[in-house]
Amino acid sequence: MNASALVAAAVQVGVVAVGAPLLVGLMRQVRSRLEGRAGAGVTQPWRDLRKLLRRQPATPTGAGWAFRLAPLLLIGTSLVLAAVTPLLTTASPLDPAADLFAVVGLLALGTVILALAALDTGTAFGGMGASREITILALVEPTILVAVFALSARVGSTNLAAIVTATLHDPLRVASPASLLAAAALAIVVVAETGRLPVDNPATHLELTMIHEAMVLEYAGTDLALVEWASAMRLTVLLGLLASLFLPWGIAGASLAGLPVALAVFGAKVAVLAAGLGAAEVFIAKLRLFRVPELLAGSFVLALLAVASSFFLA
Amino acid sequence: MNVIGWALAGACVAAGSGVLAAVVLPRRARPAAVGAATAAIGLSGLVAGIAALSGQVFQARLPGLLPLAGVEIALDPLGGWFVAVTGGVLVAAALYGIGYAGGGHGQSGRPVQAALPVFAVSMLLVPAAASVSTLLVLWELMAVSSLLLILAEHRARPAVADAGRWYAALTQVGFAAILLGLVVYAARAGGESFADLRAAHLSPAVRGAVFVLVLAGFGSKAGLVPLHVWLPRAHAEAPSPVSAMLSAAMVNLGVYGVIRVGFDLFGGGSRWWWLLVLTVGAVSALYGILQAAVAADLKRLLAYSTVENMGLVFLGVGAAGIFNASGAPTLAALALAAALLHVLNHAGFKALLFTAAGSVVRATGTRDLDALGGLRSRMPVTTILFAVGALGAAALPLGNGFVSEWLLLQSLVHTLPAGGVVIAVAMPLAVAVVALTAGLAVAAFVKALGVGFFARPRSDATEAARESPPAMLVAMGVLAAACVGLALAPAALAPVLSRAVGAATHTPATVVDGGVSLRLAGIASTMSPLVIAVAVVVAVGGCALLVRLVAGRVTRRRAVALWDCGVGPPTARMQYTATSFAEPLQRVFDDVLAPETDVDITPHAESAYLVARVAYQARVPDRVEHALYAPVITAARRLGRLGPVLANGSVHRYLAYGFFGMCALLLVLAVTR
Repeated sequence: MNASALVAAAVQVGVVAVGAPLLVGLMRQVRSRLEGRAGAGVTQPWRDLRKLLRRQPATPTGAGWAFRLAPLLLIGTSLVLAAVTPLLTTASPLDPAADLFAVVGLLALGTVILALAALDTGTAFGGMGASREITILALVEPTILVAVFALSARVGSTNLAAIVTATLHDPLRVASPASLLAAAALAIVVVAETGRLPVDNPATHLELTMIHEAMVLEYAGTDLALVEWASAMRLTVLLGLLASLFLPWGIAGASLAGLPVALAVFGAKVAVLAAGLGAAEVFIAKLRLFRVPELLAGSFVLALLAVASSFFLA
Repeated sequence: MNVIGWALAGACVAAGSGVLAAVVLPRRARPAAVGAATAAIGLSGLVAGIAALSGQVFQARLPGLLPLAGVEIALDPLGGWFVAVTGGVLVAAALYGIGYAGGGHGQSGRPVQAALPVFAVSMLLVPAAASVSTLLVLWELMAVSSLLLILAEHRARPAVADAGRWYAALTQVGFAAILLGLVVYAARAGGESFADLRAAHLSPAVRGAVFVLVLAGFGSKAGLVPLHVWLPRAHAEAPSPVSAMLSAAMVNLGVYGVIRVGFDLFGGGSRWWWLLVLTVGAVSALYGILQAAVAADLKRLLAYSTVENMGLVFLGVGAAGIFNASGAPTLAALALAAALLHVLNHAGFKALLFTAAGSVVRATGTRDLDALGGLRSRMPVTTILFAVGALGAAALPLGNGFVSEWLLLQSLVHTLPAGGVVIAVAMPLAVAVVALTAGLAVAAFVKALGVGFFARPRSDATEAARESPPAMLVAMGVLAAACVGLALAPAALAPVLSRAVGAATHTPATVVDGGVSLRLAGIASTMSPLVIAVAVVVAVGGCALLVRLVAGRVTRRRAVALWDCGVGPPTARMQYTATSFAEPLQRVFDDVLAPETDVDITPHAESAYLVARVAYQARVPDRVEHALYAPVITAARRLGRLGPVLANGSVHRYLAYGFFGMCALLLVLAVTR
């Protein structure tokens, strides 16, 4: 573990923490422009966060320590995710500590923390959101791990830096059927995990269709700020992960010299992906909850095909 | 005689004194004395197991102990692993049991208390058996004594007797299968000690038949689908310390049996055997966790989770066998190591969860999650301990279950494409099964913790719950500490794990090593639970500090009424229950679970159009039980009804039977002679 790797990892965490609300602002802005509205500007989520951070948090009657600790735990796991994933550098000192399975596990851990907090309030909406979120989590899991299988089998390692470096050395791999199918499967997973359309509508407060929003209804003030910030960071990390796995060019190695370029390229890649996601959301409607398993089954089949093609077309 | 010998002898002496204490002592002093004896048995098991794992070997022959065959005892690292796991569980569960029975719960009756040390010592010695007859005697002793323990509370609930009947039937069927398989094996081998069996050369057909029989027998003990039906009943109805012993220690011996026979005695075997093991394991894992995810009974949920975890272990063992038969010994060793480590991890968190569930039952008198809730302020320590166990069972990072599932996934994912079509098809599906199981386990344990312990109480009994006495909390605390240790420093077990795997596959190898982070032989993946935990703690601490700096003057929390989207504070009855939490999953897996709903409308006497009462009943029956066992039971019952028809009490008829029977016999003799 050398100093430059440490600096690179710190820069990566800082970029995700600062950039995540901007990314959410960008997606909202793209969406409003396409819908013919002026939009609140890219920095609006930051203004919201600043406002919320200065407001007093509230503890509803009947809620306990799970409710109080959840925002901190959620943002903690999100920061660790941002440090582990090779977004700017492949030389993060935490890379040997957490491979792709651990990253998936940490994502699930964050979801579970929030679901437990929602159940802890003892409201009907909290329970409903938790129940739906966990159902989706359970169904997403097979797709993710089978896609991980497809990506890591040929590298011989599930560590993210190894996978990214292998793709950098052999760029043609990206165009292989296994890689393309895995990318499609993971894209659906990212949409489901981050609660975007067509699985969940992040803009809704229509009571019966909420998933993620229903879980955080009781939060206020700094608590709400932390939850929103963490959700934005999870979105950024997942989009960044998708970009790093399938378009790894520009990522810096162990030296600091490549870091500015990596920063610019990462910003561009994630911004394009987010804008694309925001634009796509204009044209699709939310699926009924009980149609979501069909979508996820489709993504699972894609992932399975990816593994099959990595075995039989290799 | 070395340490192992002395320890095993000590376990037997402790068992003897435990039985004596149960018979002689008065009811009041009984649980403490018997619990201490059982804990001593567990402690000597722990010593013997660790000694065996550190490389000591022990062999003994006691020809006078058993007529005709004699007793043969030997402990190698593989057996030592299981003896140590059993010993650890016994120590904690016995200590817990002292507090549990002391409070007037459980049965302190003579037969039950006398059965406890017998059960403990027979379970401890099964992995040390070195001949067929020794194994069978200990196995049957374990089965019968555990049946007595399961029946302990039969006066309190009629369901206990039912559970006992199911257990008795299936355990005897399993025993018959093992008996048949091993006796055929021993007869063909010309000797019944394990050394003779190892040296035997059998035809492939006989080997296959023996393995399938043995798999059925040991699988019934491990609760593999479709032989699992006794498990959710027995583990739920037994007193909670016994549930912990059954679920965390006894089921493991099914795994031990299959590894011993398949790997050690048969030396690997053909690929189809292990494909069968893998399939059965995968089906059990999925079916078990699906039932757990929709269960509303806390102990039944935990019991189904045992079916799931044993399924995962068998999936690992099956994968190890397939790799072994396909010439990939490194991967085989890794998969077997994952299975063995999962046995240990499962023992840790399941013993903890069952004891915590026992505390809940003791405090509230109910196991129904739909009636629980709000326990985190009434039983704060138990809630935290249950949360530690649930984190392990949900296979999330920072929990101990994650480490072994990580190892299992690594062995499955790094299959080489050269392995052939079977591997190329089986392994991705196995990964998908493990993943779906992990996801559903998250759902099941979020439900158990979030609905059972958090939110507000859903019944008066839960409202009045109080924390358990310190003796029980200490026993659970020991288990929780073990879980945390396993979760953070699994690499400490690497040498002994490698030795246990080496004893099974006869090829000593270093499977896993590393200090802070886990490193695998032949695979470049690394993972460090300790570093992840430290990173999360640092990040959480940093954020807490940051929030305090930024919003220092407003962090004092304001107590407010529940908002609930502006509806106002909802009553406790308006909370989500376990049933409603699981409803989306139940609907998604509708075709597999086949839930039954029953709406019964009673009209008024005056008019058929006026509804007086609507009764709604929904339940998720065990489908395997319905489809497989119901026809067998109906046929047996029909056969039984023939009895009264044949023997209706008329003496003339009985005389006629005698007369015609004799005539028929004479005729047969006349014709054949």
